[in-house]
Amino acid sequence: MNDTELVRILSSIVLQSTPLIIAVCGETIGERVGVVNLSLDGTMLLSAMTGFVAGLLSGSVWIGFLAAAVVGAFFAWIIAFGSIRLRKDQFAVGFVLTLLGDELSAFLGQNYTRIPGESVHHLGIPFLKDIPILGPIFFDHDPVVYFAFLLIGVTWWWLFRTQPGLRLRSAGERPESGFARGVDVNRLRYVYAMIGGGLVGIAGAAYSLDIKLGWSEGHTRGLGWIALAIVIFGGWSPIRGAVGSLLFGASKALAAALQRRFPEVSVVAFNATPWLLMIVVLLLVGSDVTERLVLIMPRRVQPRLRRLLRVRPPAALGVAFSTPESQGE
Amino acid sequence: MRRIRWHLPNWIVVSIAIIASLLVTSLLLLLFGVSPMDGFGAMLLGAFGDSTKVLSVTAFWVPLALASAGLILTFTAGLWNIGVEGQIIMGAVAASWVALRIDAPRPILLVLELSLAMAAGALWAGITALLKTRGKVHEIFGGLALNNLAIIFTNYLISGPWQPPEGGTFRGTDPFQAKALLPLYRDSRLSPLSVIITLVVIALIYFVLRGTKWGLRLKALGKNPRSAFILGVSSERETILAMMICGAFAGLGGSVRVLSWFDSLRQSISGGIGYLALLVVMLSATRILLTPFIAFFFSAVLNGSITLQLRTQLHSSLGGILTGVMVLFVLLFSGTRSLKLPSQKTLEVEEDE
Repeated sequence: MNDTELVRILSSIVLQSTPLIIAVCGETIGERVGVVNLSLDGTMLLSAMTGFVAGLLSGSVWIGFLAAAVVGAFFAWIIAFGSIRLRKDQFAVGFVLTLLGDELSAFLGQNYTRIPGESVHHLGIPFLKDIPILGPIFFDHDPVVYFAFLLIGVTWWWLFRTQPGLRLRSAGERPESGFARGVDVNRLRYVYAMIGGGLVGIAGAAYSLDIKLGWSEGHTRGLGWIALAIVIFGGWSPIRGAVGSLLFGASKALAAALQRRFPEVSVVAFNATPWLLMIVVLLLVGSDVTERLVLIMPRRVQPRLRRLLRVRPPAALGVAFSTPESQGE
Repeated sequence: MRRIRWHLPNWIVVSIAIIASLLVTSLLLLLFGVSPMDGFGAMLLGAFGDSTKVLSVTAFWVPLALASAGLILTFTAGLWNIGVEGQIIMGAVAASWVALRIDAPRPILLVLELSLAMAAGALWAGITALLKTRGKVHEIFGGLALNNLAIIFTNYLISGPWQPPEGGTFRGTDPFQAKALLPLYRDSRLSPLSVIITLVVIALIYFVLRGTKWGLRLKALGKNPRSAFILGVSSERETILAMMICGAFAGLGGSVRVLSWFDSLRQSISGGIGYLALLVVMLSATRILLTPFIAFFFSAVLNGSITLQLRTQLHSSLGGILTGVMVLFVLLFSGTRSLKLPSQKTLEVEEDE
């Protein structure tokens, strides 16, 4: 394997991971504010279908993405409304929406399967794409890929370096304290859950309009669950989540390469990799392996390393919050 | 800020849910140019048109009711056993192994098939439970990964070691030997024995939850894991037990799929019955005596939507949409909050609720 081939593979890994990065960022925002959107798999299927069909009918991919974002935000709104206003279990509502999104996408998209449609056009960034090695890997793609890059940075900056981001996290970590400091916890939860859901919708359309062109029943099935697992692996940080998405993409590329290399091994073994990986990764996250790893490192870097590797969900994730006033009624 | 209390009486909630689901499906039918009356007529005929249809609905009901009954235990213990789908599949695989590989008199063969199917389902559920208690992997993710692994494993068996000698098709194994199949009622796909087993299982779980200490422990665990721990309930043991028993019944349901609904191991042997069972239990608000009726209704809707597909060429997912919308509305607007999970701790601020 020579350099250009390696560059080509890395470039395709970046491309393939793009929708996952967008979905992971969206879900990270939602969970940081305290709302678990378990419906990712169904949301992505329905928005992939919606995005494809809207793009086809309007002749514009951007209208496709917009329609998909609306679908994603609507599903997230149902979950937020159910948990905040009606105080119902987020997991239960999310799970029903997972199945419903899957069925709706199959039904509504039944006349649009396996036909050509709109697709996002390639757009290399001038100058940057001519940088050796890095250029072709990162800057010779299409706008959706650049959007994902920007999204990682913007999400991180917003969450961890701005005042609104601090309020966002307070709603997910310590809603009472946030409330005491004047944060309208439940309004923030509605807003950010819907932004997160909109991004998940865009991720679904990124498959049907860009990465895995077209629509067929179950087009993105399973990938929503993968994204949910990556959010945990990423410790609710967009940067680590993006790294997780890229690693997942890389492992798939590796499996595909191995499959070409050893054709006698059943295809089935390679299909199993994402799910085995999911279990192994979550085991690593949940176990004390990382803590042991930190302890064998030099003492001076230990705190920094611990902060880097620590995975802790927002303290009030999935916990309903009622404002003290409403208790008086 | 004013907050409206949404505690509607149950019968109103159920009516709203039924109307909403009929409305949504009617709109979808109209969107595709089929009059709702024709559509629902086709579904009704497909479910109850003649005795074969009713037998078919009942045969489909058996594994669904078995899995739902098992899920009552895990939901009571506050566990999200999404892995039930994989447990059904592994039960089907185990029963198929006996049917394909072992030669014995019929009664022995049947007992072996059913008990091995239960063991396989329990084992698959046990892995999820251990991953949760020992590895801190949430049962939703552990179960989901194992579901997909079970599907992949089935496909491997069908396309590999258990492939029919003439090969070619990836659709299923050879039909099993006749004596390995459950005795069927006339020429239907319904095994009366499986119906009896299902009713016994439902009764068993009803009494376990009502009248035994273990049932009480499960309830304590589901209501409040912290205080259950203080009272001496071992969350690990109860978690593993509840999951494995649920897995055993799901596995039993899987064996019914291969031994009476089909006569061989097929590609999508469960085809989402596990997920459907989760919906059944959500709709029942974990009341065991309601589950067989809800399961029967779901079974009728799904079988009906297959006829709908044959008549109108519309995708059969309409049945799934109907049940999904119904569950969503009941979930959102019903007053009971019995589906309470450990993650849904309510804050101290709401003492007076």
